[in-house]
Amino acid sequence: MKKISWDETMEYLEILSQISLTEEEKQETAGELKKILAYMEKLEELDTDGVEPMSHVFPVQNVFREDIVEREDQWEALLENAPQKKEGQYLVPKTV
Amino acid sequence: MGEEYLTWTAGELARKIRKGEIRPSEAVEASLLQIERMEPQIGAFLQIDREGALARAEEVEQGIRSGKYQGPFAGVPAAVKDNICTKGMETTCASRILSGFYPPYDACAVEKLKEAGIIILGKTNMDEFAMGSTTETSARKVTKNPWNTGHVPGGSSGGSCAAVAADECFIALGSDTGGSIRQPSSFCGVTGIKPTYGTVSRYGLIAYASSLDQIGPIGKDVADCARMLSLLAGQDRRDSTSLKRETLDFEEDLAGDIRGMKVGIPKEYLDEGIDPEVRDALKKTMEILKERGASVEEFSLGMTEYVIPSYYIIASAEASSNLARFDGVKYGYRSPHADSLHEMYKMTRSEGFGTEVKRRIFLGSFVLSSGYYDAYYLKALKARAVIKEAFDRAFAAYDVLLGPAAPQTAPKIGESLSDPLQMYLGDLYTAAVNLAGLPAISVPCTVSKAGLPIGIQLIGDCLQEKKIIRAAAAFEKERGIFPKAYSGTKRGKI
Amino acid sequence: MRKQYETVIGLEVHIELSTRTKIFCGCPTAFGGEPNTHTCPVCTGMPGSLPVLNRKVVEYALKAGLAMNCKIHTFCKFDRKNYFYPDNPQNYQISQLYLPICYDGYVSVDTAQGEKRIRIHEMHMEEDAGKLVHDPWTDSSLVDYNRSGVPLIEIVSEPDMRNAQEVIAYLEQLRIMAQYLGISDCRLEEGSMRADVNLSVREAGTESYGTRTEMKNLNSFKAIARAIEGETIRQIELLEEGKEVIQETRRWDDNKECSFPMRSKEDAKDYRYFPDPDLPPVVIDDAWIGRLKKEQPELREEKKKRFIREFSLSEYDARILTESRNMADLFEETAKICSQPKKAANWMTQDAMKLLKEAGKSPEEMKFSPDHLAALILVEEEQKITHKGAKEVFEQIFDHDEEPLAYIEAHHLSTVADTDVLEQIIEEVIREHPDSVAQYREGKEKVFGFFVGQVMKKMKGNADPAVTRELLREKLR
Repeated sequence: MKKISWDETMEYLEILSQISLTEEEKQETAGELKKILAYMEKLEELDTDGVEPMSHVFPVQNVFREDIVEREDQWEALLENAPQKKEGQYLVPKTV
Repeated sequence: MGEEYLTWTAGELARKIRKGEIRPSEAVEASLLQIERMEPQIGAFLQIDREGALARAEEVEQGIRSGKYQGPFAGVPAAVKDNICTKGMETTCASRILSGFYPPYDACAVEKLKEAGIIILGKTNMDEFAMGSTTETSARKVTKNPWNTGHVPGGSSGGSCAAVAADECFIALGSDTGGSIRQPSSFCGVTGIKPTYGTVSRYGLIAYASSLDQIGPIGKDVADCARMLSLLAGQDRRDSTSLKRETLDFEEDLAGDIRGMKVGIPKEYLDEGIDPEVRDALKKTMEILKERGASVEEFSLGMTEYVIPSYYIIASAEASSNLARFDGVKYGYRSPHADSLHEMYKMTRSEGFGTEVKRRIFLGSFVLSSGYYDAYYLKALKARAVIKEAFDRAFAAYDVLLGPAAPQTAPKIGESLSDPLQMYLGDLYTAAVNLAGLPAISVPCTVSKAGLPIGIQLIGDCLQEKKIIRAAAAFEKERGIFPKAYSGTKRGKI
Repeated sequence: MRKQYETVIGLEVHIELSTRTKIFCGCPTAFGGEPNTHTCPVCTGMPGSLPVLNRKVVEYALKAGLAMNCKIHTFCKFDRKNYFYPDNPQNYQISQLYLPICYDGYVSVDTAQGEKRIRIHEMHMEEDAGKLVHDPWTDSSLVDYNRSGVPLIEIVSEPDMRNAQEVIAYLEQLRIMAQYLGISDCRLEEGSMRADVNLSVREAGTESYGTRTEMKNLNSFKAIARAIEGETIRQIELLEEGKEVIQETRRWDDNKECSFPMRSKEDAKDYRYFPDPDLPPVVIDDAWIGRLKKEQPELREEKKKRFIREFSLSEYDARILTESRNMADLFEETAKICSQPKKAANWMTQDAMKLLKEAGKSPEEMKFSPDHLAALILVEEEQKITHKGAKEVFEQIFDHDEEPLAYIEAHHLSTVADTDVLEQIIEEVIREHPDSVAQYREGKEKVFGFFVGQVMKKMKGNADPAVTRELLREKLR
């Protein structure tokens, strides 16, 4: 597997996961991730040629609902949980 | 109030309630009293709904009389893990980021408890978002092992297991993604079942890793867990991954006739890394099963070294996506310090999630990110298929597999979090079961020299809960009554 | 000498499907509800909620795929596209990347150079996002999740278009297709059809593609045409100055008539797609495809060709008539009832189109009984009404679906072939214009038209022209 610059990787992961870490946390997390990923490289030795990736454990398929309106009118109770709201809407910091 | 109530199983209590010997409200009061007594030392609960439970007890009593509640556990006080949504009752996954979240809906499993006349006492502590093996990653409190308060109860369903072990409730709901029901059950000396994936609806279970998560019962004996599973199981049209199964009724399996049953012990499970006392417990279990007429032999399962890598890749990848919705917009915590949108996201999530959760989100984002997807995530999905095949081969030869639930007994509080990888490795015996979607049960076996319980795990082929319940019931019968956590008894019969 | 450039365009078109409910929950997709009233735990991303796929979405997607001559992934899955934005309550969009439902198809469009095939790379199902509006009072944004979870198909074309005309022809064709299939109303202005334009330029004659940009926020055909022109010029200028085109997403501002980059350092463009563990795969068997094929209506191109063949229509008329399935159906039924396809076509392509334009309506909105138009055509054919009178009646049919015979009767629009009345009028006219009569009798044929005009004037146009002429000749002799 190719070499990774960990400083850049950590910054990239902060953007992807929208979590920022302090310098200290970053160092520590990078250290742990390195150890964990090194351990996971064990998988490289496993021959998986011709193996279908298993994203669902059972062959369940075609689970559908019919196109029928079902309303429980919970929307007010749902909105009740919002940290900030206004006029029936969720209020967030300005998006461009 | 009779102390003896508390040691009864849920089944025994329910029978007496049905006969009118005890009122549900008396049972609830006894539990609340025990909670009051034990909680300062144990800390199993995040929230206790005294008034709600007492009011509900009255309703249930009438319901039993009118015939509305005829199930096996009507009137029984129970606890629910805090990652399972309860209508109008705060549900936080023991995370700061969900503080103040009151779901306007019940999880399917909670609906079923309510329909059965089971009385919910409160919500139990857990590792934050079920990520952990000790309940120490909870942002809310530390839960202690009722057998020895210097030790952890295990995790992530540590609160539910500790509550059952401390007789604070008669039965509880847990969830199991990589061992989160079976490992703490083993650490706390209680019984827990992780059902076949898709058996219990995940609707209302706050997802950690959707392809691995299952809700299951934690109880005082095999019969309670089996009956509770019958009650929880069933296809739910709100969960597309839930399975249509024949009616689950385990009454006959509780007789525990295992003559002719073939039991296999994976050699790899007895290898290095396992505590000698746990290995001895397994050997004793083997003997008991043989005495009851089963054949037991060691065999090589294979692929066990790939379990932890593929499990943590898949679980973290799914978690990184599942936990993206906790962003301060719709519910729970929002950082008050942010001005811009992305600042709000970052500060909310940085302040709202604990270290272990952040680590797994980072790990999951990494293994899915461009350039690493094939090498890690896709490879893990393939390894998952290979691991499942290994189990398929095993179940062609054996009815059930026997193994430990954890490599050792409950560690001391504060010892585990410093080395995450070491903690992950402790999931070796349990996580494979989730990867393959199999059912497994953890049953208390013995008590260590240090006075901590040791459980064993019986694993079945998918949809074969009956077999593991039959084996577990047989084992439990022969084992005899298991000592109480707080009774001072140090040794079981074995 | 300035180099010659060629523009290369590919489109990503999102079409909102007109199912009753959302793709993964039972909330209604209807427009016009108060903010967030069409929401539930699923489409607001509540913890513990789970998606369940609407069967109709798969059927609509398949219909579109079949209409675009696509291959079908008979085993298809949903994937999560991960990115943070508040209009997306889960912070991932359920979409399809690895196994989209349809792939490798084409759509034929009419261009200045004749028929051209635009190849379809793939088409997939996904969920729409909610709506964000700026709140000036708090200088914040407000989120409405009513549209969150509305089903979409995204159609990704190959870079087969070379100018705005082809792009618009392609979009028109998609819109017509969706309407024929009854799977969407495809209104660009209302956002039920949205197009992102991928555009690059290259020196004419070269094979390889230049660096492309993606333009968003194009909500009218005019905006699309302007954006294509603007972006082509911008890219050519960059190349002429020896600069490079940067691969980026740009937002078209139709007021300023230019585009701006939509970059942000928080936008890593790494969506970490992976199969959604909450949704089992969809398996589409031959029986299902067969049933849908059987249900598939005759599409525009076939219908157009059939109209030309069966009704001897011109290519032009057939094209206009088939632009909307509603108009085509109205035409065809009318033509069948009265056996006058040319007349029926004329009423549609001329009068109906004119009235639609005046009313600002689309052909889809036209509603009247083909019986009524057929009856009108027959009455006119029998010369029981003048063309002018017939136009008046047609307006009534168009606006109110009037029954033409009753209307003609009530408004005295029937042409008078009754010779008694006509004779009287003609005699009057002759009496009133002795000079003209003399001229006519001297052989000035031209005056005859004057007499016809006078009679018609007195008859308010309701005289049968043939009978009038005949009688006039007789009386003037």
